[in-house]
Amino acid sequence: MVFLFGRRPQAAISGSRTDRGPDGRSLWQDARTRFFRNRAAVTSLVALALVAVFALFGDLAASWSNEEIDWSVLGNVAEKGAPSLASGHYFGVDELGRDLYARTVQGTRVSLMVGIVGALISVVVGTFYGATAGYFGGRLDSVMMRIVDVLMAIPYMFVLIIFMVVFGRSILMLFVGIGLISWLDMARIARGQTLSIKNREFVEAAVAIGVRPRRIIARHIIPNLLGVVIVYATLLVPSMIIYESFISFLGLGVQEPDTSWGALINDGASQMQYGTLWQLLFPLFFFFVTLFSFFFLGDGLRDALDPKDR
Amino acid sequence: MIVYLLKRLAVAIPTLLVLIVVSYVLIYAAPGGPFDTERVLPPEVMANLERKYGLDQPLVVQIWRYVVSIVTEFDFGPSFQYKDQTVNEIIRQGFPVTLTYGAWAFAVAVLVGVSLGIAAAVRHNSFLDYLAVGVSIGAQVLPNFVMAPILTLVFTLWLGWLPGGGWQGGQWSYVVMPVIALSTSFMASIARISRSSMLEVLNSDFIRTARAKGLPRRRIVFGHALKPAMLPVISFLGPAFVGMITGSVVIDVFFATGGIGQFFVNSALNRDYPVIMGVTILTGALTVLFNLLVDLLYVWIDPRIRY
Repeated sequence: MVFLFGRRPQAAISGSRTDRGPDGRSLWQDARTRFFRNRAAVTSLVALALVAVFALFGDLAASWSNEEIDWSVLGNVAEKGAPSLASGHYFGVDELGRDLYARTVQGTRVSLMVGIVGALISVVVGTFYGATAGYFGGRLDSVMMRIVDVLMAIPYMFVLIIFMVVFGRSILMLFVGIGLISWLDMARIARGQTLSIKNREFVEAAVAIGVRPRRIIARHIIPNLLGVVIVYATLLVPSMIIYESFISFLGLGVQEPDTSWGALINDGASQMQYGTLWQLLFPLFFFFVTLFSFFFLGDGLRDALDPKDR
Repeated sequence: MIVYLLKRLAVAIPTLLVLIVVSYVLIYAAPGGPFDTERVLPPEVMANLERKYGLDQPLVVQIWRYVVSIVTEFDFGPSFQYKDQTVNEIIRQGFPVTLTYGAWAFAVAVLVGVSLGIAAAVRHNSFLDYLAVGVSIGAQVLPNFVMAPILTLVFTLWLGWLPGGGWQGGQWSYVVMPVIALSTSFMASIARISRSSMLEVLNSDFIRTARAKGLPRRRIVFGHALKPAMLPVISFLGPAFVGMITGSVVIDVFFATGGIGQFFVNSALNRDYPVIMGVTILTGALTVLFNLLVDLLYVWIDPRIRY
């Protein structure tokens, strides 16, 4: 899946840039300069850092734990459970009288973890798979890519749900299930890039001096794929988060007392006719901010790293 | 063309078989059988039940029978949970509902998305363009399970214009929100894709030639640029279709439309395996069929493709 937002004009920057210029800036330095000129991307990076801090250290500021039930508000959540600093429920309470702030911290952790783990699996598996298929080509390539085609044509959400039903709904299974499908796009992208890299001179040179294929892939192909891989990994994180939230929204993902953005949004949505809107809005806010940030970050990274734009 | 079609079918049929086998094996491996109840059944009854549903056979035989009965009789077997209904009956009951608003959502996503994208590209860097880009970025983070509660909040709770759920035989007021909720994020993607591809085409040489000949802009856009610009949109239709089928599960559950997704989630929660598998295979088959159609459409529109 490609999340194109349209391209920003790069002419002004690339005009002053030369690959073998006398000042000898590296590809990565170059990319960094370009990235930090993109205000939206830098803002997103800051926003993501804040969300990460919230997820990691948010519970230090909580005055209630995520499992404690505040009996004093239970039964009248709509009036007494609203967000307030005085009661210590910064985000209010949920329909069971639990502190929504602590629950949101907990859900943010799970959702971010799912996104990052899914992206990591796709980077490791997808890159190697795609690079191998692309490098060897021929029959191996067509068999390997046919497998990807077949897997991609399956409505995986249904299979994922079967998976969760069969093996029990736990966070671990969610990771495994999402990891199983997350690498497919990456494999395709890595293969496409490998096809163009493998005919370059430095690969030819490596072949000529007798380097083994496995070493060529690890030392010459994959490092050159990294730029593209990083860009798509960044764009994969939000789609993984969306998948997870989707399943949890249906009540088929994480199980109580665990929670995630999808589950929190679902809880909030099911209560909104009782005037407890904060239960929907706080999780939604974090969901939006994170997804927006990842999309803009990925967009900025693509402008900075993707060789197709040069 | 025939060779191409056969080649595509050579992928399509293994896809379906893999889907069937994988889901069957997964379910076979699942702890807890379909007849586990709180009261322990005597072993004789259990054996009888298993014999009745063919569950005493080896795995390979079970899968073979299942595939054969689907292929030859289009029979997905009985439901474990709804004792008096077969999976076929459940599908027949829920599927038309899902299909109705799904088709609407698909049409809305494509028509609105493409028009928005083209308008933005033709008036590049105008207010309209920025509006379209802004809308499509915003809608990107509005997947169906977020759109559905927001729509209900605004149109049912605050404004009170539309009913918050139900189907009522498909009266329009019950269809509107499912369609909007399902189509928004795909509309955004289609708008973005068609905008960027239209921009690319409008900057190409043959369009400059057409312009130099003095053709009116309308003819340039619709007569020359539209067809090549639609190619990336068409290749997105496959994933969009899968996304919508998947999304319909959320819509069915949230709006309680009585569609197939509601049965699916219910069965998933109750381990009603035949229904889960039937729905999965049906959607898989639809997806494969649709991808095939999209591929053929692609070849038909793009004469440069050699197959």
